[in-house]
Amino acid sequence: MKLSFSPAEEQFRAECADWLNGQMAGEFRDIKGITTLTAKAERRKEWEQQLAAHRWSCIGWPSQWGGRDATLAEQVIFAEEYARAGVPGRVNHIGIELAGPTILTFGTEAQKQRFLPDIAAGKTIFCQGFSEPNAGSDLASVRTKARLEGGEWVVNGQKIWTSLAHISDWIFVVARSEEGSVGPKGLTFLMMPIDQPGIEIRPIPQINGDAEFNETFFTDARCAADSLIGAPGEGWKIAMGLLSFERGVSTLGQQMGFRNELNAIIAAARANGAANDPLIRQRIAKAEIGLRLMRYGALRMLSNTDHSKVDGAALTYKIQWASWRRSLGELAMDVLGQDGEVTDNPAYEWGMLPNLFLYSRADTIYGGTNQIQRNLIAERGLGMPREPRGIA
Amino acid sequence: MDFAFTDEQAMIAETARQFFADSATSEQTRKAMAADGVDHDGWRAFCNDLGLGGILFPESAGGSALGMVEFATVAEAAGAQVAAIPLLGQAMVGSAIVAGGSAEQQAALLPGLISGATIAAAVEAPGLAVSGNRLSGRVRHVPHGNVASLFLLLGDNAAWLVERGQAGVSVAPRTTMDQTRPLAELVLDHAEATPLSDGAAARRKAIEAGVICLSAEALGGAQACLDRTVHYARERVQFGRPIGSFQAYKHRLADMMVEIEQARSALYWAACAVDEGTDEPELALHAAKSFCADTFFRCAADMIQLHGGIGFTWEHDAHLFFKRARSIQTQLGTGNWHREQVATMILGDAA
Repeated sequence: MKLSFSPAEEQFRAECADWLNGQMAGEFRDIKGITTLTAKAERRKEWEQQLAAHRWSCIGWPSQWGGRDATLAEQVIFAEEYARAGVPGRVNHIGIELAGPTILTFGTEAQKQRFLPDIAAGKTIFCQGFSEPNAGSDLASVRTKARLEGGEWVVNGQKIWTSLAHISDWIFVVARSEEGSVGPKGLTFLMMPIDQPGIEIRPIPQINGDAEFNETFFTDARCAADSLIGAPGEGWKIAMGLLSFERGVSTLGQQMGFRNELNAIIAAARANGAANDPLIRQRIAKAEIGLRLMRYGALRMLSNTDHSKVDGAALTYKIQWASWRRSLGELAMDVLGQDGEVTDNPAYEWGMLPNLFLYSRADTIYGGTNQIQRNLIAERGLGMPREPRGIA
Repeated sequence: MDFAFTDEQAMIAETARQFFADSATSEQTRKAMAADGVDHDGWRAFCNDLGLGGILFPESAGGSALGMVEFATVAEAAGAQVAAIPLLGQAMVGSAIVAGGSAEQQAALLPGLISGATIAAAVEAPGLAVSGNRLSGRVRHVPHGNVASLFLLLGDNAAWLVERGQAGVSVAPRTTMDQTRPLAELVLDHAEATPLSDGAAARRKAIEAGVICLSAEALGGAQACLDRTVHYARERVQFGRPIGSFQAYKHRLADMMVEIEQARSALYWAACAVDEGTDEPELALHAAKSFCADTFFRCAADMIQLHGGIGFTWEHDAHLFFKRARSIQTQLGTGNWHREQVATMILGDAA
């Protein structure tokens, strides 16, 4: 067990920080510090391409597909330095963290050649079409249908909560391809181009006034016959494989974003005197400790190479960070007081901390609600009986 | 960076787990509870047969000179069985002597500590009257003070050793809620004390070892509470179903696991940070002590609730965990105190 990084790794850290800070002070200074997912999307697509041009886009990927074959420690370091430099989140995070690894693991050689270089290069932005109005927590009950017709897949139905669909080029979709099938059987995993007449995207305004989610409607939408990953009917297996990539190194970058939020709370508490309140001090200390434990939990999870056993750190990670951040939003408002409830911005756009307060209510819902997480932990981690199923 | 046990560390952890599962049985522990709060057979076997008694101490004194990570795995295993052994005192007093004692003191005292022949107790003792090498005052709540023959008293920047049986030293055992680590009152009346030459270093290393020991016991205890409750949840049937199939029940188990996994990160962060001198050891120790102790208490309390009536009986072991958890919460600083130290590190002193 070892926490420290080697001199070579520290050298790599300095190299990452130099390049990232240089970019944020130079050509891309206009996007530094952006915290929402949607602001300045076009500039951030250019940033994706800049990352790719310097081979910083997907450093953990094999070099043949635009990566650097980076070690785990190097990926940890890059993720931390990326966020530390105030670089905004990746608009193609679904492509590089979900679609890319799925294609790497389950895709054909032709699919790898078709998609991976463009994902790495920021030329193909992906979004995820899983949830539906009647398939939320119960993801396996999707109703969107796909059928093969004239050498193409034809898709009809509706997806919802498709983050960033409005700036994406491709969407991956889990659709029911076997007539009459129920639950996880009979689903197929398809990749579809978004810019076509059969796909319509409508933004969903959120409680913070932003609209990063969308409803996505499919009306005889089409994609080529070879656009599926895996075989027809294997969609659930592919989708579950994809979701397992979600707890990767990117969590460490996400944590650095949390660090910035906690730092802003600390600064606000110092400025307005809340830092003298013993109860606020306890809560700030708890938040600090919780954030540190998230980092070491992520390092444990990433260092664990024994996948034959349940990894407790990985299984509990989602509910841990989501609950932590939701509490952080409440702490932010308690520190700010009523100043947090007003803004000079007439467009109902909020500063970092009030936005954190509002946005973090979604954290304990998307990607598996806290309640679903507790089911998963109890069933997979502790061997408790599974939830009874109703009749579909 | 590789935040996973090495093969050797995993082997030590498994050896310790097996040892305490076999030796620190409920029956053995209850015998100790009814007597002086020490399972003497178990302690001797731990120190001599298992050879893990000197894990933190130099090989020249008969120890194995491993690190805090290895020690933490052992203390975690002891905590999982609520073993009635004076491990805390051994770790704290031995670490103080290694860090702040002379070569002669180390040669004279460490072998007895490592072999288990000397039972030692450490306690924070601010405000003693010091006159030359003589100490006077009352030191309350000395863990395993009833059986200790060697006491380490920690002042602000000083550390003294006091031997039992000397003139001016009297010990009054107290009936203690946690009978696996009873507390005693030590009364000193111009008692002769031996200062450790580097008192500040002795104090620091004693507290480090103590915090790791308590945090590790807490983690092991919390995990045992969860494991035993999970077992019960499968066996116990009500309304025609195992009670673990009810969401109200299984979600509480899930919450325990979420806390325990964070406590595990906290403990091994702190242990590694102390061993390697990186990753802010001071902050890590405050985090580990507060988080692990609170997690243990919550899990032990939930264990009682989730067992229903049987969990409230003397016969069931739940109360052993519950009382140990309560005592760990207070020893070496409450959670609120440790969090206030963290707040001071981040925010400065409150105005």
